Amino acid sequence: MSLHEQDDPELRRAQEERLRAVWASPKGLFLKWTDTNNDAVGAWYTLTAFGFMLFAGVLALLMRTQLAVPENDFVEAGTFNQLFTLHGSMMMFLFAVPMFEAVAILLLPQLLGARDLPFPRLSAFGYWSFLLGGVFVSGSIFFDAAPDGGWFMYPPLTTRTDLSGLGADIWMLGLSFIEVSSVAAAVELIVGVLKCRPPGMRLNLMPLYAWYILVVAVMILFAFPPLIAGDVLFEMERLLNWPFFDASRGGDPLLWQHLFWIFGHPEVYIVFLPSIALFAMLVPTFSQRHVLGYPWIVLAAVGTAFLSFGLWVHHMFTTGLPKISLAFFSAASEAVAIPTAVQIFVFIATMWAGRVIWSTPMLYAAGSLAIFVIGGLTGVMVAVAPFDWQAHDTYFVVAHLHYVLIGGTLMPLFAGLYYYWPLITGKTLSDRLGRIAFWLLFIGANLTFFPMHISGLEGMPRRVFTYPAELGIDALNLASSIGAFVFAAGVAVICLDIALSPRRPLAARNPWNAGTLEWLAHPQDEHWGIRSIPLIESRYPIWDQPDFIRKVDEGRYFLPDAEEGRRETIVTSVLDARPLAVIRLGTPSWKPMLTAIALGGVFIFTTYHLYWLALVSGVLTLAMVLWWLWTGTAEIPERDCKPVGHGIELPLYMSGTASPGWWAMFITMMADATAFSGLVFGYYFFWTRHEDFPPDALAHAPGVFWPMVALALGVLAWLLAITARESNAKGRVGVARALLMLAIGACLASGAAGVAGPWTSGMAPESHSYPAIVWTLSIWTAAHAAIGAIMLGYALARSLAGRMTPRYDAEIRNVTVYMHFLALTTVVTYATTGLFPEVS
Amino acid sequence: MRRLAATSLLAVAGCNAHQSALAPFGEEADDTLTLTIVLAIGALILASGVAVLAWRAARSPKGAISHEGGMKLVLWLGAVGPAVILTVLLLFALPAMRPMSAAPGDLRIRVEGEQFWWRVRYDPAGEAPLTAANEIRVPVGRTVVFDLTATDVIHSFWIPGLAGKMDMIPGRTNRLVVRARKAGIYRGVCTEFCGLSHALMAFDVIAMEPAAFDAWLADARRASDGNEADAGGAAAFAAHGCGACHAIRGTAHDARIGPDLSRFGERRTLGAGILQPTIENTAAFIRDPHRFKPGARMPAYKSMAPADAEAIARYLKGLP
Repeated sequence: MSLHEQDDPELRRAQEERLRAVWASPKGLFLKWTDTNNDAVGAWYTLTAFGFMLFAGVLALLMRTQLAVPENDFVEAGTFNQLFTLHGSMMMFLFAVPMFEAVAILLLPQLLGARDLPFPRLSAFGYWSFLLGGVFVSGSIFFDAAPDGGWFMYPPLTTRTDLSGLGADIWMLGLSFIEVSSVAAAVELIVGVLKCRPPGMRLNLMPLYAWYILVVAVMILFAFPPLIAGDVLFEMERLLNWPFFDASRGGDPLLWQHLFWIFGHPEVYIVFLPSIALFAMLVPTFSQRHVLGYPWIVLAAVGTAFLSFGLWVHHMFTTGLPKISLAFFSAASEAVAIPTAVQIFVFIATMWAGRVIWSTPMLYAAGSLAIFVIGGLTGVMVAVAPFDWQAHDTYFVVAHLHYVLIGGTLMPLFAGLYYYWPLITGKTLSDRLGRIAFWLLFIGANLTFFPMHISGLEGMPRRVFTYPAELGIDALNLASSIGAFVFAAGVAVICLDIALSPRRPLAARNPWNAGTLEWLAHPQDEHWGIRSIPLIESRYPIWDQPDFIRKVDEGRYFLPDAEEGRRETIVTSVLDARPLAVIRLGTPSWKPMLTAIALGGVFIFTTYHLYWLALVSGVLTLAMVLWWLWTGTAEIPERDCKPVGHGIELPLYMSGTASPGWWAMFITMMADATAFSGLVFGYYFFWTRHEDFPPDALAHAPGVFWPMVALALGVLAWLLAITARESNAKGRVGVARALLMLAIGACLASGAAGVAGPWTSGMAPESHSYPAIVWTLSIWTAAHAAIGAIMLGYALARSLAGRMTPRYDAEIRNVTVYMHFLALTTVVTYATTGLFPEVS
Repeated sequence: MRRLAATSLLAVAGCNAHQSALAPFGEEADDTLTLTIVLAIGALILASGVAVLAWRAARSPKGAISHEGGMKLVLWLGAVGPAVILTVLLLFALPAMRPMSAAPGDLRIRVEGEQFWWRVRYDPAGEAPLTAANEIRVPVGRTVVFDLTATDVIHSFWIPGLAGKMDMIPGRTNRLVVRARKAGIYRGVCTEFCGLSHALMAFDVIAMEPAAFDAWLADARRASDGNEADAGGAAAFAAHGCGACHAIRGTAHDARIGPDLSRFGERRTLGAGILQPTIENTAAFIRDPHRFKPGARMPAYKSMAPADAEAIARYLKGLP
């Protein structure tokens, strides 16, 4: 295929027909839900998250009604506690984080000129998990069974089953389920940004939005797993009475606070940075110039991410920690203001150097900036420990966090809504309604939250369902309540605007005259994403590359056709975006939804203590995953290479570090290793806290023998797997199969030996935190060894079925990545449980 | 200046002077208020500065500053400026992070948070301890060390006018050193969400002149604190089993499950800072505590004859 061929309009039409057919969405009342294309899944995801936001907003209105006057009895204490717990939890877990993922799934392929993300079915799986988990958690309020321990669920209030009911389990298990889907989305987005960029788009030419997505997805990868580890310990205590947080049996309530806030503080930036990313796209557009200081803003985003993992203790300033650590965390908390200020001044400088075109999105951006700056400055105030001792857990903090989240998350999303609506739907939103909504939101937010600074310092703690009249804070509270309804009116106007938009005429293509790739989209959407995958030479190709739009549209770049009737996109190298291969993408399927339902069963049945059903769901999930992998991944192509235009031929199969699958496995295991380190942290945390850890009676349990046997077998399994990979690559298939079989045996034996340690030494996990954490580490590692055995078995089966060969060996290469991490987990676990008690 | 700022804030906010970080009566709260005012003024100046710059940036014609000019703006105002301001702020705030020092002879008061009340024990150096509940008296001008812990769930101990808050965590004892400056009647609250009636968990704080405090302590320590005059009430108290949970010094009742009721008559509030301790309220509370305090651990005595409840209330009210 040459450039000249694309001069032929007949050929172009034929190509378009083929692309259209390949990328057609499934039709029909039921079948349409099998769609996996990012434009469908992203839209469902966004709408669902928006719906949860509205729901959580209504909960807030109920709270403000109750607090409008002192000693009110509009709702009871129990209901009120459910309202604020669910409001916070939903806004965080069912709105802010999923909304980031939803918008990223919707926009990222467009921004990167890719046809779709590398694992469309994984996106769909994430969405269905989110929907199911979200409905489960939020629906609980209709049964008076919603969680009621506050969104950070501090034990022992929430772990003692006599003080808290089903709500705590619903929170812990329902949201764990959603955390799984968040991590899945993070894997998808990281691999998407690293491997699916168009040829020529080196890292330093990436749109800033993609940089932010990368940074935030990596943060999710390291922030969510500690919470998942905490969830595991939490549910072990609730369901099995293992005393991790019970001080009377060697536990410590503060362990949860550490694990929660190691997640919780990065979480703030996880929901804030994606909104800044929207600014980074729309400020240059409306200033009609390149963003000024691109490297600065990238470094600032990365710096914020790093620092955000070192601040968690500022949520614990009043827990009586040593003063020296307070000084350190005070300094770190203040320091995070610096990269934030850099980002804000990059935008101001860009506006200053360009000419600002006033528009509704810019109005929202300016308003959010104003609100966010106030929230940021009160953030610096609470970072100063002595001030925090007064402000902590009062309405001052409620004011601070809402200024940050409304200015730093919600309003920028509305800016993004007005900016990207034409891109997504082809229709415009009304400037007039948009401005009315803006002023209602802006005035409402300030009227609601500004008085809270004062009511907090006037002695109003947060999470109170009522307050006495003699505190003299009625006027402030009434103002807050009125403000909340004004704000809600603003949201209602936006909903109205959205509802009216289908009746409006089509927008022009690229209506804001933006310079970035996503605006190639036609108002009349084609599901193929992009007509041909361009060669990128600039950060703003539409502005800078001559004839860019025409060349893309006429298929003059790469992969303009779908000759084999397959969904395809180009995979490039991580740093400099050299084209490496063409990958075939997953097509519409029921499997993601069914897998999500099966996995949901595990969490939901466990909530109701229906362990047998949970086990059945677990087996079903495993079967679904294997079926999904067997039928949909690492398919051996009909030929080795295909031409993608301009005389370039790209392979159709990849294994090892070049392939998206390898990266996905590696990234997933980073998250897994982080969760594991959360558990190990628990072990050593108890050791630093307690003189009697391990207690004298258990000083030599689980002993050295069994842990060392398990460790040796685990290392053996690892070496066998690596040797199997090498033998297979050298064509010694029979040897490879034999080695795989031995590795399976070694894995299973290692897991069994690991559990034998605490078992044979009679460690009773309910008695003390020491046996409980030793059991937990051993079970965690044994379960991972069992999964390792299943993975090795899968590779063996693929080899036997002729689906894995010396040339096409993605399975065994990906399984080996898992085995590296398994070996690490095994060594750390058994060195800790077996050797540490002997040397400490 | 400081006083003016605080008063104007108070004027905006109403006139609550007994539970407010803006109306301090203790040393730490005083210093923190100064810090608060400095921080708030700084925040105001910075927010206005950013707003003015953003406004100018939005209004300026194309190319109003060059690329280099823009980069300088980012460098100086985005990076260097905040770094300098924050360093100064940290150095300014560091001294306030040092805990107030306490001497071995200082009065220690142990406070335990429970759902939803406060167990108080005065531990003066070299003397026997004295148990109380839901009301804390401190001598003005003397250093007081609070030993704070909890038995059931996490609570947090906050007397806004006296000092910052400190969490009460099962399995840990946290220490808070304070010094009151001004005598008066104040209020403290629980600030860590602790369950159904978290909002209804407060206590009275009475800062007294040192001599008056010493006299009160000596008086409270007298063995015969029981209300001997009211034999009927005492009998009802005993008959209904109140003594299974509550203690009254000088009587046979010494249980430690619920709040100690010694000297109930001088308490300013009932039910941990939530009700006027009138005889009617007390009787109603005895018969149905959950009406006033959902989730309270005290069982309801709805079948108790109102006359008995009133007799007990009167008896309690009569405790000196």
